[in-house]
Amino acid sequence: MSVSVRVPTILRTYTEGASEVSAEGASLSEVLESLDASYPGIKGRIVDEQGALRRFVNVYVGNDDVRFLDGLDTPTAEGAQVSVIPAVAGG
Amino acid sequence: MSLPPLVEPAAELTIDEVRRYSRHLIIPDVGMTGQRRLKNAKVLVIGAGGLGSPALLYLAAAGVGTLGIVEFDEVDESNLQRQVIHGQSDVGRPKAESARDSIREINPLVNVVVHNERLDNDNVMSIFADYDLIVDGTDNFATRYLVNDAAVLLGKPYVWGSIYRFDGQASVFWAEHGPCYRCLYPEPPPPGMVPSCAEGGVLGVLCASIGSIQVNEAIKLLAGIGEPLLGKLMIYDALEMEYRKLAVRKDPNCAICGDNPTVTELIDYQAFCGAVSDEAADAAADSTISVTTLSHWLKERDSGERDFVLVDVREPNEYEINQIPGSVLIPKGDFLNGGALERLSQDSQVVLHCKSGVRSAECLAVLKGAGFSDSVHVGGGVTAWVNQIDPSQPAY
Repeated sequence: MSVSVRVPTILRTYTEGASEVSAEGASLSEVLESLDASYPGIKGRIVDEQGALRRFVNVYVGNDDVRFLDGLDTPTAEGAQVSVIPAVAGG
Repeated sequence: MSLPPLVEPAAELTIDEVRRYSRHLIIPDVGMTGQRRLKNAKVLVIGAGGLGSPALLYLAAAGVGTLGIVEFDEVDESNLQRQVIHGQSDVGRPKAESARDSIREINPLVNVVVHNERLDNDNVMSIFADYDLIVDGTDNFATRYLVNDAAVLLGKPYVWGSIYRFDGQASVFWAEHGPCYRCLYPEPPPPGMVPSCAEGGVLGVLCASIGSIQVNEAIKLLAGIGEPLLGKLMIYDALEMEYRKLAVRKDPNCAICGDNPTVTELIDYQAFCGAVSDEAADAAADSTISVTTLSHWLKERDSGERDFVLVDVREPNEYEINQIPGSVLIPKGDFLNGGALERLSQDSQVVLHCKSGVRSAECLAVLKGAGFSDSVHVGGGVTAWVNQIDPSQPAY
């Protein structure tokens, strides 16, 4: 499955500035593996050393936060949009 | 989901007010009643900086009757690129006073209340108590969690906005009717992982993009019009010129507004957000181990392959709640006063831990300074231990 991943400003250092990149995978964990293969290191900003989603980063598949779906096992359909939304505190 | 108006209408508008607000009055959704609600409203804006500047200016112009400003800082030249409520001649002045003067010029009918102090655990409840609605424009995670928790505990709605470089986020949090900030972001990032605007920069006009959304939502809540941004997260990408609205769920496991809250009063937000000193950060830079590593080390120690002393630097009452097995308790205060050094030997490696890794990093700096060069501390502390290694123990 090919999905589109929205990359926030704070992680664009990994994607050579690209705000939207494509990745492969039938689930969020596969998508993140695919993303990390293309952009090494980016996965570590989204999941911790134990492989769990970091609690200050939200990942949405479509319009839904995967924490309220199946987490990393959330299925990603062909053409799905995955959005990474990190906590920022600037004001 | 629309909500009832937050504020009852004030008695009457004066002739001057009718003239001033006529462009609102002829909008059917606002009208005389809506404007009278704004006149009766008391709104507190936290921070007169990037987001607070446009928020205060537009709330004042809109005719919000009472505007509170919480701000302890002074105007710096580097603020003027985006903090449009302040001017060149305000450099060096308290921001709260500078903002008050600008508001008086825009709308002298507004009653401005200046809180020229830093928002903290001691003053937040009494300051919030006098307001109908809060607009959060602070610039750090510790204050954001403080604002959230105080708002939840007092049952107040607040309009949240946050910015970084070209990205902005905004939402309305109101635990009685929807999610709170902790439902969206249960925990802050560790210090150093997410740069502040002071470290990473921010596009000046982004403040207006997000600050104006906050005012828009504030006015809707006060007057009871439209669909509030409650349970929604607005994401703005200035480079792509794209706004997206995502769903925010109320989290049944939320620490403060969930089914079984663990946060029932204000907590230590500096500790929660890991505000470590430079010395502690330096000490911890190459001397932090994970709880997984610690677990392996403990097994190796049990089988005689490794020698170290595991020291818990929390307080005794915390040690009663949960523990990493095989630890000894030497509270942080004993490191700061030097007493701990007499109880430790440089013959064995010292491994420090606390609740989250902040206090242990501070103690690590003391130990390193005393020559315990191979000492380390445990990132995430006993909280990570309970979450990842031993969920049978309670977290707190």
